[in-house]
Amino acid sequence: MISYIIRRIVYAIPIVIGVNIITFMLFFMVNTPDDMARMYLGDKHVTPSAISRWKHDQGYDLPLFYNSDASAIGHVTDTLFFNKSLDLFTFNFGSSSQGRDISHDIWQRMWPSLALAVPTLILGLMVNLSFALLIVLFKGSYIDTFFSIVTVIMMSISGLFYIIFGQYIFGKILMMVPISGYQDGLSSFRFLLLPVVIGVVGGIGMGVRWYRTIFLEEMQKDYVRTARSKGLPEFSVLFNHVLKNGSLPIVTGIVVIIPSLFLGSLIMESFFGIPGLGSYTLDAISQQDFNIVRVMVFIGTLLYILGLILTDIVYAFVDPRIKIGA
Amino acid sequence: MKVHPSFLVSDYLLWALVVAVLVYVVYVCKNRHLLESWSLIAKNSITMVAVVVFCFYFFICLLDSIHLRIDSKSYSRDQVSVLDLVLPSHMVQSETTYSAPLSQSLYVKSLLSDHAGNSYRGHALLLGNKARLSTKSLRIRQSLLILEGVIIGLALGLFCHILFLIIFSYKKNISIWSCFNNIWQGKTRFALKSFWLTMFGCFIVLSVMFLLSINYHVMGTTQVGVDVLYETLKSIRTGIVIGTFTTVFMLPFALVLGSMAGYFGSIYDDVIQYIYITLSSIPGVLLISAVILVMQVYINQHAELFPTVSMRADIRLIALCIVLGITSWATLCRLIRAETLKLKQMDYVAAAKTQGVKPISILFKHILPNVMHIVIITVVLDFSSLVLAEAVLSYVGVGVDPSTFSWGNMINSARLEMAREPVVWWPLLSAMLVMFGLVLSANLLADSVRDAFDPKH
Repeated sequence: MISYIIRRIVYAIPIVIGVNIITFMLFFMVNTPDDMARMYLGDKHVTPSAISRWKHDQGYDLPLFYNSDASAIGHVTDTLFFNKSLDLFTFNFGSSSQGRDISHDIWQRMWPSLALAVPTLILGLMVNLSFALLIVLFKGSYIDTFFSIVTVIMMSISGLFYIIFGQYIFGKILMMVPISGYQDGLSSFRFLLLPVVIGVVGGIGMGVRWYRTIFLEEMQKDYVRTARSKGLPEFSVLFNHVLKNGSLPIVTGIVVIIPSLFLGSLIMESFFGIPGLGSYTLDAISQQDFNIVRVMVFIGTLLYILGLILTDIVYAFVDPRIKIGA
Repeated sequence: MKVHPSFLVSDYLLWALVVAVLVYVVYVCKNRHLLESWSLIAKNSITMVAVVVFCFYFFICLLDSIHLRIDSKSYSRDQVSVLDLVLPSHMVQSETTYSAPLSQSLYVKSLLSDHAGNSYRGHALLLGNKARLSTKSLRIRQSLLILEGVIIGLALGLFCHILFLIIFSYKKNISIWSCFNNIWQGKTRFALKSFWLTMFGCFIVLSVMFLLSINYHVMGTTQVGVDVLYETLKSIRTGIVIGTFTTVFMLPFALVLGSMAGYFGSIYDDVIQYIYITLSSIPGVLLISAVILVMQVYINQHAELFPTVSMRADIRLIALCIVLGITSWATLCRLIRAETLKLKQMDYVAAAKTQGVKPISILFKHILPNVMHIVIITVVLDFSSLVLAEAVLSYVGVGVDPSTFSWGNMINSARLEMAREPVVWWPLLSAMLVMFGLVLSANLLADSVRDAFDPKH
């Protein structure tokens, strides 16, 4: 088992390096530090000296890959690639354009993100699963048709609409919950209630349809026919057999996104003013703070790859047919 | 007044797409197995409704994709599309600020002066309204217009219907009356009844909107006084461009690389898998925002390449399509690779191999036609999620250019409007309804396309 995990991690290394090189090219070669300085300082009326001062302050005044002015090991280490890109591997994220410590910010903003993302995931899973099971149980009846129509309609409504409408109804008209904002600790419940509910409702369309397809695919398999021919009631066929077998794709589908929960949701957090990593990234994009965006790309990639590795491991645990050693 | 065409890059691409679709239609008509799959779709009545609605959207999009430059003083913008010319001129004109749907005056009070020259605060009249009417007489006037619109819409629909009946009955060699009966009793092979019902519905809606728009703003105006319905209709093009081109741009790469990885295996497989895993592990929104930021810098620096605002917005739209394609091609590539792996084992491929057919022609003649169903399913399935994604990205600020008409930009500004007192709800509602119509019809169409082409269903 351990050797399997190690091998999976080793496989991930070239991918992380590849992502690192791509982001480096995007942020430093296509979009040079000069461009960044101009973007940050404004397009017009910028003196070259102001640009070079900004570049020096930010540590951008180094050559890309090879520094011929430096001595010995400095040829390689006094470069942008070494300082800015390879430094990410040591989790030394540096500071943002405003001079704030990025690692510290990330550590602080991770918790509100989790407080929003985890309940949304769990509640959403429960709601979607129950609806999907209900539809499959009453397959072919009016309930099935009704829910099929409702899910297509819910899927076709933009997620932004749920948010704006929900905020308007529950926040502004009924004043049940605050429209946006966040507080630490237990009082965060008030602030998280609406975004969680909206997140769950917005996900119903897609989620129910996906689970329904999984279950319906399972229903066509031979063991279901066997169970039915034994005279088992449809209810126990569904819950004892189909749910168990269908849980494999469901579990792996969830495990792959668990690490990404740390990143939070861009849209939800910014609409509801939750100071998580999602709104952090969004602010960085709108302020064109390349340092933060670069770090978030790196972390996002790491978490995604972690999700893939976890999926493989969970798959191996859940499905005994998969031999780890092979 | 001189009129000369001035096409944008995305116009050329859209019309090329239309040509490609027509070529595909001809190809389908010549292949019986494809014809059968597609006619399976035309038999479902709900799908037929979706197809008709989608076609109306696409028609508006095409009208909006013929750009002209008119050298005259009456148009303030540098380029107009045929859609601008077709729509009532009242719709294209701007008011000063917000006005509610179908109202005759502005939503907010401003300083006015009466005939005697005394100034007072009141709701200023909109353009095209000469005298202030009582609410009742305004509504009566509008109801009459609506009635007129319904009649004209019905007449238009009937005209098309009769034309269709004449041609159809002539071709099938039956009387017009029995042809009519067959359609409305649902005895036809395809779901023609729902087709014509939807046609009538669309004609009525369009003509009512058109007649009302001659004097009123059907969905009100925005903060800068642009007609909301006009903005919503112009946004259709943006939505459709993103929904289609994103997939079209990534198709060649996904097809070639996916089938190569599957067919040749070994080092090709490793390299191609590495490329798509790496690209897909970068979080989508972040990659998009990075590329759009970079694109923005490029446009700012090479301003001489893009002389007009609409050209700049257009190039950004295409860049967005390309980068959205990069973030989503991995799924298709993976699917095609898996399918090619399966097809490689088929007898006919082995037969071709033993006859000494070159791998390239095996790929093109035997593998590619057999993975096409995956391509079609992906194109249709991705469409709706891409239209929705555009709205989210424009909200984040990395979507289309702020000067482009798009539902995302409309929703973005609606966020502040909903917080206003009194609330301004019509831009949001209008954008949502029109977007919902497009996405719902695309989703319904996607469902039946998948049912028809996916062997698993």
